Amino acid sequence: MAEEIAKFAPGTHPDLKPPLASTGAIKWLRDNLFSSPTNTILTLLSIFLLYQIIPPLYGWMIQDAVLDATSRNECLELGSGACWAVVKVRISQFVYGFYPEELRWRVDLAFVLLFFALVPALFDKVPHRGYGLIFTIFYPVIAFFLLWGGLGLESVESSKFGGIMLTVTIGVSGIALSLPLGILLALGRQSNLLVLKVICTSFIEFFRGVPLITLLFVASTLLSYFLPPGVFFDLLLRVLIMVTLFLAAYIAEVVRGGLQAIPKGQTEAAQALGLNYWRLMGLIILPQALKISIPGIVNTFIGLYKDTTLVVIIGLLDPIGLSQSILADSKWQGLSTEIYVFIAIFFFISCFSMSRYSIYLEKKLHTGHKR
Amino acid sequence: MTAIDIDQAPFKVSNLWTDQKSRGLLIQIVSLILLLLFIAYIANNTISNLNLLGVETGYGFLSEPSNYDINQRPIEYDSRSSHGRAALVGILNTLIVAVCGIILATLLGFTAGVLRLSGNWLISRLVYCYVEFTRNVPVLLQILLWHGIIVHSLPLPKQALQPADGVFLSNRGFAIPWPQLEPAFWAVVVAFFAAIGGAVWFTGYAKKVQAETGKIYPVITINLAIIVLLPVVAFFLAGQPATLDWPALKGFNFKGGLTVKPEFIALWFALSIYTAAFISEIVRAGIMAVSHGQTEAAYALGIRPNWTMRLVILPQALRVIIPPLISQYLNITKNSSLAIAIGYMDIVATIGGISLNQTGRALECMSIVLAIYLTISLSISTVMNWYNKRVALVER
Repeated sequence: MAEEIAKFAPGTHPDLKPPLASTGAIKWLRDNLFSSPTNTILTLLSIFLLYQIIPPLYGWMIQDAVLDATSRNECLELGSGACWAVVKVRISQFVYGFYPEELRWRVDLAFVLLFFALVPALFDKVPHRGYGLIFTIFYPVIAFFLLWGGLGLESVESSKFGGIMLTVTIGVSGIALSLPLGILLALGRQSNLLVLKVICTSFIEFFRGVPLITLLFVASTLLSYFLPPGVFFDLLLRVLIMVTLFLAAYIAEVVRGGLQAIPKGQTEAAQALGLNYWRLMGLIILPQALKISIPGIVNTFIGLYKDTTLVVIIGLLDPIGLSQSILADSKWQGLSTEIYVFIAIFFFISCFSMSRYSIYLEKKLHTGHKR
Repeated sequence: MTAIDIDQAPFKVSNLWTDQKSRGLLIQIVSLILLLLFIAYIANNTISNLNLLGVETGYGFLSEPSNYDINQRPIEYDSRSSHGRAALVGILNTLIVAVCGIILATLLGFTAGVLRLSGNWLISRLVYCYVEFTRNVPVLLQILLWHGIIVHSLPLPKQALQPADGVFLSNRGFAIPWPQLEPAFWAVVVAFFAAIGGAVWFTGYAKKVQAETGKIYPVITINLAIIVLLPVVAFFLAGQPATLDWPALKGFNFKGGLTVKPEFIALWFALSIYTAAFISEIVRAGIMAVSHGQTEAAYALGIRPNWTMRLVILPQALRVIIPPLISQYLNITKNSSLAIAIGYMDIVATIGGISLNQTGRALECMSIVLAIYLTISLSISTVMNWYNKRVALVER
């Protein structure tokens, strides 16, 4: 011992490696999984739970699943797992509903254009964003003519709409129409004019107080009573009206939150500069308020996007509605789990990516000068 | 002196628009007139439509026999009962599933929210997966999935699973033992309410004592003891006025006890699990909103960890948690209207569904349904606003 110490002058001893248990994987395991008896028990329980869930799920979804078959019985012969054949055979129906086959390119085109319309609106570092935004504004008009026809395109009835395309149509038109309405409602609710305030508040409270499903029932049973005799709106249009009003009420509350978060000094400064109400709102308050309420608006939209599935109850053929007609087919009877899981995966992917986007926005907007 | 000149300027019609006060008044009058015109237009359309169709109107049909059956009836009801009674059964069914859902969702949500913050990597990841998977899938789909699982995967009543004595799980529902109450049971109910009154009084007293002397009573333990013990004592004093009724298989179905229908279970589970995901995020955000400095300051003052949690962290976290939590409760109540997809007879399915189809009184039926939901929502949000005002930080 004494010899070894003598070999080094003070301060020149090379650093020893840290003890094995306090570095790398072992340390990580100790810190994160086995730091206390309770944690150890919790870890073991979760491993057991995963062991119970993952292997059977993997077996059912992938290992023993059947991709190619013509009926459920054939599936049962080929494998014991999920019968994805039903989804594979009916995939075009899940996407397009009963849209005429030779016109489906129009739906595809609308989807592709939707992508180009969304990118400049969602991300601010896109080249030529200004032109992109102009396209975004005109996109609803283009999409309307593409989907319903007109302007020389063969017209398609909205009863032919279905599947994912219907979900996206309702969702996108809902948000496009309700955003301006929602902003106006929020301004009305914050206004000094008592009558406007009362009207806007009762509108918002009414639509937020009742479930969407009852509003859809109103759309399917009552709305035609309110129109002049002889005027007839088709069901999809009536649903779109209700969805727009419903969503506008929720967006109004989100925007109101944003408006309330803007310090009063901003209003006072703008008034001191002599700006009138609309300039004050349009140039000073709304740009700031909308900026902080975008994540909330995205979350509201995710909620509505999931709620579009409710239209099945009044007889529109969204993915769930289509699944019920497929399940009624004697060839595929009893495969509800496969179909529901497929639809669930579709919704999960779209909603999860939207909520990631909203988190990204929140981080980007968190510029450090929070109140 | 110019101010006086302006005041005495001659009146011009254009001043009505340039002056802020009169402009505001003008806008309000115009919008009120427009609104009234719009309402009159709608009412006129409705009346002429109804006349064209020759539909009778009025709420008289509520007392006529309904001619349909409801499979879950908390109060007496059969197909000869009136539409009004069917609506009442529907309201009760909505409230039952909402209250059960709120209880289960709160328990699950708080557990998940706390576990999500746990230092255990595996647990917090597992809870994260649960939260993301459930809240990104439409609740209607989850209701249908649960219903499918219960109806298709559970055995017939004859081969029912029996996880505990007297509990049967089958595709016709879950049969559980249920107490049969005798008339003398009112003594227990009275004792229960008396106990709650006592607990409220004791809480106030304990607060007063704490404010005056600093002495802290174990309020929660004592209150729990009062609320549990008093009814139990009353139960035995009144001569045990309740007996457990055990379910037994008779023919194709269970007799006795309480059979919970598969529709109720599917709706209850799906709503609770879906909402619990949102609640867990609310709880997590609430706990994280209390800055760590609060804990450190409490420790520096020598307050013990569990008292720190109760006296310092929880009151501040709850202030953040409660408002969104209550709006989740409202959401459960509103989402329970999806019951109609699987045939659970709630308010939408009874008066807004079958009664509407049988009588054709769309206007009347829908107005009843909307009014009921509005009453529930508005009363809850009134309570919430009152609570919010009470706990809100008073600034400036």
